[in-house]
Amino acid sequence: MEKKKRNLILSVVSILVLIGFIIWAEECTKAFGVYNQRIFKTCCIYAICALSMNMVNGYTGLFSLGQPGFMAIGAYVTAFLTVTPSDKIAIYKIVPISEGLANLNAPFFIALIIGGLVAAFFAFLIGFPVLSLKGDYLAIATLGFSEIIRIFITNAQGLTNGPTGINRIPNDFMNLYVLCGILALVVIFILSMMKTSYGRALLAIREDEVAAQAMGINLFKHKMLAFIISGFLAGIGGGLLASLVGAIDPNQFKFTVAYDILLMVVLGGQGSVSGCIAGAFIVRIALEKLRFLDEPINFGIFEYPGIGGMRMVVFSILLMLVIIKWRKGIFGNEEFSWDKVFNFFSKFKKAPKKEVEK
Amino acid sequence: MLEINNLVVKYGGITALDNISMNVEEGKIISLVGANGAGKSTTLRAITKLVTPVSGSIKYNGVELTNLSTQDIVKMGITLVPEGRHVFAEMTVEENLMIGAYLRKDKENFKKDIDFIHEMFPRLKERSKQLSGTLSGGEQQMVAVGRALMSNPKVLMMDEPSLGLAPLVIKDIFRIIEKVNQEKNMTVLLIEQNANAALKISHYGYVMETGRIGLEGTGTELLANKQVKELYLGKSEN
Repeated sequence: MEKKKRNLILSVVSILVLIGFIIWAEECTKAFGVYNQRIFKTCCIYAICALSMNMVNGYTGLFSLGQPGFMAIGAYVTAFLTVTPSDKIAIYKIVPISEGLANLNAPFFIALIIGGLVAAFFAFLIGFPVLSLKGDYLAIATLGFSEIIRIFITNAQGLTNGPTGINRIPNDFMNLYVLCGILALVVIFILSMMKTSYGRALLAIREDEVAAQAMGINLFKHKMLAFIISGFLAGIGGGLLASLVGAIDPNQFKFTVAYDILLMVVLGGQGSVSGCIAGAFIVRIALEKLRFLDEPINFGIFEYPGIGGMRMVVFSILLMLVIIKWRKGIFGNEEFSWDKVFNFFSKFKKAPKKEVEK
Repeated sequence: MLEINNLVVKYGGITALDNISMNVEEGKIISLVGANGAGKSTTLRAITKLVTPVSGSIKYNGVELTNLSTQDIVKMGITLVPEGRHVFAEMTVEENLMIGAYLRKDKENFKKDIDFIHEMFPRLKERSKQLSGTLSGGEQQMVAVGRALMSNPKVLMMDEPSLGLAPLVIKDIFRIIEKVNQEKNMTVLLIEQNANAALKISHYGYVMETGRIGLEGTGTELLANKQVKELYLGKSEN
C-alpha cells in the first residue's frame, strides 16, 4: 500500500512537471529556443510513428516496414486538404490541377483524421495478401508496398504534383500543446487497448501463434486490426510531419525512414510504449545535438577540422554500446514503473530485488 | 460425442493418418498411445483444424468439424493443450489464464473458475503475478492445463502432458486429469508416450502405429494385452 501511494504521488508530480515544462517550452520561446522547440516537436511526431510501428512489431510480433508508405499517404492527404485552393493552383505548375481537386479543402484536424483513415484503409487493403507472410518475408512485402506508394506519388502528377511535392502547407496548429496532446491521446488509447482481451490476444499471438490459435484466437483478424491501427497512427504521424515541415516531396518517405523508426522502437524496447517514446526522443535529440561533431572544433592544442557525417559515426557507436548493454532495448518489453526506478538505484546499495508490479 | 470416420491426413506426399476411425464417448477419458510418428498429434491437430484433412469426417455431436475454422471449433468447446506446453512466456500466469477465457462471454464465472484452478494447482496461485517463462517445466504444464480449463471445454485434448516432466509432477498432472474428468464431467482425449500411466486412468484406449489404429480396447484390456506390453510398456513376458 505504502508503495502504491508513493508511486501515485510520484506519477502525479512528474506529470505536472511535464505539463509545466511543455507550457514553459511553448510560451517562453526565447528561453527554450526555436531550435529546441522544433526538435521537441519532431520528437513528438516520431514518437507517434514509433508507437504505430510498435503496434505491429512490438505487440503482435510481426515484422513490418510499411511505415513510410502509410506516413506518405497521411502526409499527402493532410497536405492536399489543408493547402488553400489558390495556393494549390499556384503550386501545381507542371501538370495543372483540376479545379474540382483544387477546391477540396478541410480544416486541419479533419484533414489529419481523413489522412489517418485513408492510410488505415490502405493497410486494410494490403493486409489481405501480406499478413499471411511471416518474419522477414512480411518485412520485404511491406517495404515493397512503401516503395510502390512513393513511386505512385512521384508519378501521379495531377494529384500529388509529382517529384516537386506540395508546399505552403499551413502550420497553424503546430504548437507543442497540439502535438503533445495528440501523443498523449495515442498513448492513452494504446495502453487502454492493451488491457482489453483484444490486447491480450495480440500479445498471445506474439508469444506463440499455435497456442493462441488453440485458444480460439482468430490470428488473421487480430493481425489485421493491429495492422490497421498501425496504419492509422502512421498516417496521423505523416500528416503532422507534413504540417510541421510545411513542404513535402516523395523523397521524404523513402524506405530509410522505416529504419529510422525501427531504430527508435528497438532501442527503446519492442512492445513498450514508454520504450518507444524514449527511443524516439533519444534518437531525434542525439541526431541533432551531435551536429557539433560535423563542424570544426578548436581544442587549443590542435584543431579538429570537422568531418561531414562524423555525427553519424559517433551516433552509431553509441547505439551499438546501448544495444550491447540492453539487448532487448532500454525498457525491454515492459512499461516504465517507479518500482523499477527504485530497484535500479537500490542495486548500487544491496543485491537487486526483482519485482514486477503492474 | 466425437466421431472420427476414415480420416486421412497427408503432409506433402507423406501420409500421416491412414484411414483412421475412432469414437470418443462423453464423460470418458480416452487415450491415444503409440510410438513417435504414429500420428497421435496429427489426430488432435486435425480435430482442431490446425491441419486440414484430405478426406474423412470428424463429427462432434453430429456437427461436421472439417469445414469449420479453428476458432469455431474452440467455441464449440473442444480445447487442445498443445505439445511442449506453449505457454505465453512473456505474460504472467494470470494473464495466461485470462487468455484461456478469451472466447467466453460469461465474465461473472471467471473468478470461480480461476479459484477452481488455483485449488487444483496451488502453485499457480502463489505464482499468479510471475512471468510464465520463468516457471519450471512442471509449473508451465500446469499453466497450459489451467489455461485450457479456463476456456471451460467440453472436450479437453492433451498432447503429451507428461513430456519432460519429473515423475512426481507427472503423477500430479494425471491426478488432475482424473479429477477434472470426474468433477466437471469433462471428456478427455489424451495422447501419451507414457502408455502405462495413461492407460491406467483411461476408460478406453487406441494404440496407433504409423498412421493406423492397431489395437483398441478398454484401459485395463490394453494394459493386459501381450502385444501392447511388449511394444509400449517395455515389459516382456519371459
